[in-house]
Amino acid sequence: MKAVLLIDFGSTYTKLTAADIDNEVILGTAKAFTTISTDINEGLENALKDLEKQIGRINYTARYACSSAAGGLRMAAVGLVPDLTAEAAKRAALSAGAKVLKVYSYDLSLNEAREIEEAEPDILLLTGGTDGGNKEVILHNARIISDISGDFSIVVAGNKSAADEVFSILSKSGKEVRVCENVMPEFNTLNIEPAREAIREIFLKRIIHAKGLTKVKSLIEGILMPTPSAVLNAAHRLSAGFGDEKGIGELMVVDAGGATTDVHSIADGLPTQSGVIYKGLPEPFVKRTVEGDLGVRYSASALVEAAGIKQVEKLTNLPVADIECCLKVIKESPEILPCDNEKLSKLDFGLASLAVRLAVERHVGTIETFYTPLGASYIQTGKDLTGLKTVIGTGGPVINSSNPLKVLSQALYDEANPALLKPKQAEFLLDTKYIMAAMGLLCEHHPEVGIRIMKKELMKL
Amino acid sequence: MLNKTLVLGVIGADVHAIGNKILDYALTEAGFKVINLGVMVSQEEFINAAIETDADAILVSSLYGHGELDCRGLREKCDEAGLKDILLYVGGNLVVGKTPFEEVEKKFKEMGFNRVYPPGTLPDTAIADIKKDLGVE
Repeated sequence: MKAVLLIDFGSTYTKLTAADIDNEVILGTAKAFTTISTDINEGLENALKDLEKQIGRINYTARYACSSAAGGLRMAAVGLVPDLTAEAAKRAALSAGAKVLKVYSYDLSLNEAREIEEAEPDILLLTGGTDGGNKEVILHNARIISDISGDFSIVVAGNKSAADEVFSILSKSGKEVRVCENVMPEFNTLNIEPAREAIREIFLKRIIHAKGLTKVKSLIEGILMPTPSAVLNAAHRLSAGFGDEKGIGELMVVDAGGATTDVHSIADGLPTQSGVIYKGLPEPFVKRTVEGDLGVRYSASALVEAAGIKQVEKLTNLPVADIECCLKVIKESPEILPCDNEKLSKLDFGLASLAVRLAVERHVGTIETFYTPLGASYIQTGKDLTGLKTVIGTGGPVINSSNPLKVLSQALYDEANPALLKPKQAEFLLDTKYIMAAMGLLCEHHPEVGIRIMKKELMKL
Repeated sequence: MLNKTLVLGVIGADVHAIGNKILDYALTEAGFKVINLGVMVSQEEFINAAIETDADAILVSSLYGHGELDCRGLREKCDEAGLKDILLYVGGNLVVGKTPFEEVEKKFKEMGFNRVYPPGTLPDTAIADIKKDLGVE
């Protein structure tokens, strides 16, 4: 037996997964509260004790970790035109597993500079202009940013014709500056991989240290990535395969949580019908979106507001008064679990369903019909995922739901809303043991093993 | 390469794609960097592309007769977006019916277009004008 320990330092829980890579099985999982404010090792020790109780003391050959503790990887993104480089910057940050605090476009104002200063990002991504395109705005923004105090790193991924000057302006501020390839080298061409890689390197080098996570360094081989990045990595590997181990093809992962809901799609999303014109920025094959207002605990009220209370009523069969009462309880104690509370359990089902529905609706593309003098034309923006065959559900609210299949089926195409390009028919897999992030870590070193374990462990619904 | 960037597209709900492809080819062959937005392009898309690529001119085509409606306000929006003095060219079947071209030209020039081309204009004519206007002859 060759055992590895996979650790996810979450914002609330430190989750452990022990895997045997010789026999390709999960040995056990455990969790304990994250103790970032005192010593992160405490929470880790507690979780380890719990794990030991289940599977005994094991000598691990390696320990890998991901982290979203202490606010995760907090980023601000700056671009030029909102639909173009600013959007490209946002996508690069999201694909690196960051929490995007805000996206800025055009010339930064002093007010916006103050806002960035107060938001205290870990990394700021500065873009603007295609290669050989607009230089003035990124130069202006570099000057403004160099005056912002605070200890953050800057990744520059804009017009290459301005890159040297931007670097020299920003370097004077004493902040760490990394220049990489433009996120949009040509008009409407997305190139987010170099920026993503630069963000990840800074995360490894600096952020972990700054967040007090280095204390565990003696114990683990290294924190490899932010948690959302680990989930994305697992999804990508499972989809694409590695070496002789075949992948399962295009897929979507819906990761619902207490505060946010993430959707990852590994799919090209090109038009599936003929005669459709594609508009807007090309979509990345591996795409992550995060909805900060869709969660079943910290964002419960925002979620109900976004969906409309009528929808909650319809899904839960609870009267409005009961819904409001339960929301109040959630607001007072967001760590509450439904347990024997029947009403709360019903509401949780409704909240999880709506989080999945809205998050997927915002993730997928749309198709619009235009009636022109020459007849009807169709314009698609975003990904067409109608042909997608696999949807994977993860995150507490989905996994622990009373009816995960029903919750996940909210990800499917709705006849009543044909403009939204959601999957028409998909098989649902449930991450019952909550191992997606852990498998993303494992896949960094043993991709084939990670893929095979996922194929075994993700439960068909 | 002339080191000049042109934004090209067919405006409005117009889906005439062939002329657009020919223009893209001819302008690229002539040495311009062409940002071709294709068909069904809104005014905002022209402007956003021109800002991001620091374009020298915007070339608008319209073949389906609604050009006047689609093009109105483009110059003002360019001014608003900070694209001061960017060159605007327009060409095609700009209006429905048998209006004399002189009237059409006058109308579009009043709307802020620098040059207006009647149906059947060959790419070479426009290329010569653009080179002259941008001083790259």
